[in-house]
Amino acid sequence: MIAPAERLSIRLTVNGRVIEREVAARRSLADFLREDLGLTGTHVGCEHGVCGACTVLVDGESARSCLLFAVQLDGATVTTIEGLTPPEGLSPLQQAFCAAHAMQCGFCTPGMIVATTELLLTNPAPSPREIREALGGHLCMCTGYVNIVKAVAQAAAALRGSTGETS
Amino acid sequence: MDLLASADHDVKILAGGQSLVPMLNLRLVRPAVLIDLNGVPGLGRIAPSADNGLTIGALVRHAALADSVAVIERAPLLAEAARHVGHPAIRHRGTLGGSLAHADPAAELPAALVALGAEFVLHGPRGPRTIQASEFFRGLMTTALAPDEILVEIHVPPESPGWGFAEVVRRAGDFALAGVVALVGWAPESSGRCESARLVGFGVGDRPVRFAAAEEILTSAGGDPSAAVAQAASAAAEACDPPDDVHASAEYRRHLAAVLTEDAVSQALTRLDGARPP
Repeated sequence: MIAPAERLSIRLTVNGRVIEREVAARRSLADFLREDLGLTGTHVGCEHGVCGACTVLVDGESARSCLLFAVQLDGATVTTIEGLTPPEGLSPLQQAFCAAHAMQCGFCTPGMIVATTELLLTNPAPSPREIREALGGHLCMCTGYVNIVKAVAQAAAALRGSTGETS
Repeated sequence: MDLLASADHDVKILAGGQSLVPMLNLRLVRPAVLIDLNGVPGLGRIAPSADNGLTIGALVRHAALADSVAVIERAPLLAEAARHVGHPAIRHRGTLGGSLAHADPAAELPAALVALGAEFVLHGPRGPRTIQASEFFRGLMTTALAPDEILVEIHVPPESPGWGFAEVVRRAGDFALAGVVALVGWAPESSGRCESARLVGFGVGDRPVRFAAAEEILTSAGGDPSAAVAQAASAAAEACDPPDDVHASAEYRRHLAAVLTEDAVSQALTRLDGARPP
């Protein structure tokens, strides 16, 4: 019988960097990113999968980092808000959040940016309803939802313009 | 399986973690040992079965279920139900087996599988056993799984083309205040009348609730079942014993059960008509 392990070694890619660490089996991915790797852009709000602030991409798909254990990410590729931010300046989505006043206090913003980055990759021209559905799992305690939806639509339009798409 | 069966550990099975990990984080459950199924090969497969149904591994994630061409073709009701589970980030991680074993009475997938007449394969130290979906759900977050058993596979028989799905949620992705799934079909040799009906409600009792009286009203309606839909909807509401909580009163949920039954049955009859052989 395999004995339960309290600590395990993992190897994963975070924002393009290969990381090898020994971690406690019970450590959440959110705590691993923030406390072990210093990637504090991933915000921890409710810690039980309701608020969406800690959302990251795991192998390209959005997931809540408070509901994953770091040891489950062995071999995976994780992208956080830091990985979605260009070395200089801001991404078109981040710029749109600033321009449309969608930031407010900024606590929910990293999760919102991760989720809408995923949305715009699969759906470059989302309707307001589709944007709202994609953000259904994200709470903004400032309740600035209207401007957030506006920012995503603006970013989508800007991205379509820059790649020459018309639809 | 040995670790799960060992009496000296308080063990929980971890699949997608979208229900269990919140409970861990809130300290509602405090198992000594977690067994992560994600490394077990073969549990994530969706395979067409010889009877035109499907065999679905317990670790298939909601997003995969919703997007699978085989599921959309052979069990469209199940694909539709999967699209209504949680938010995108939840659907990427949450699993079919996890949702069934968790047995939240407001969940979509258990109701869909009860309506479909699915069978669940459980593995344990006494060997595998198969159980009907309707026998699996025993009450609020309670199933037929023994503490040393795991759910490994779901067999879905071929689905009637007459299906409907209706639910009311405050916000896309939330647990439903109430929902109804409907399947209607004809007997192959019949004149095209509605010969079979399966109606199951969720969020309206302590488990998926079969609306047997409403089904009977539809199948005994003769040539035009659409005339009996309103009567079936009242019967469905009477079969509910919904929770009364901060989200909605029991009375409101019972009202929704009737409205949603009408909606789901109408969808199902329309689809059945569309698929009627010439």
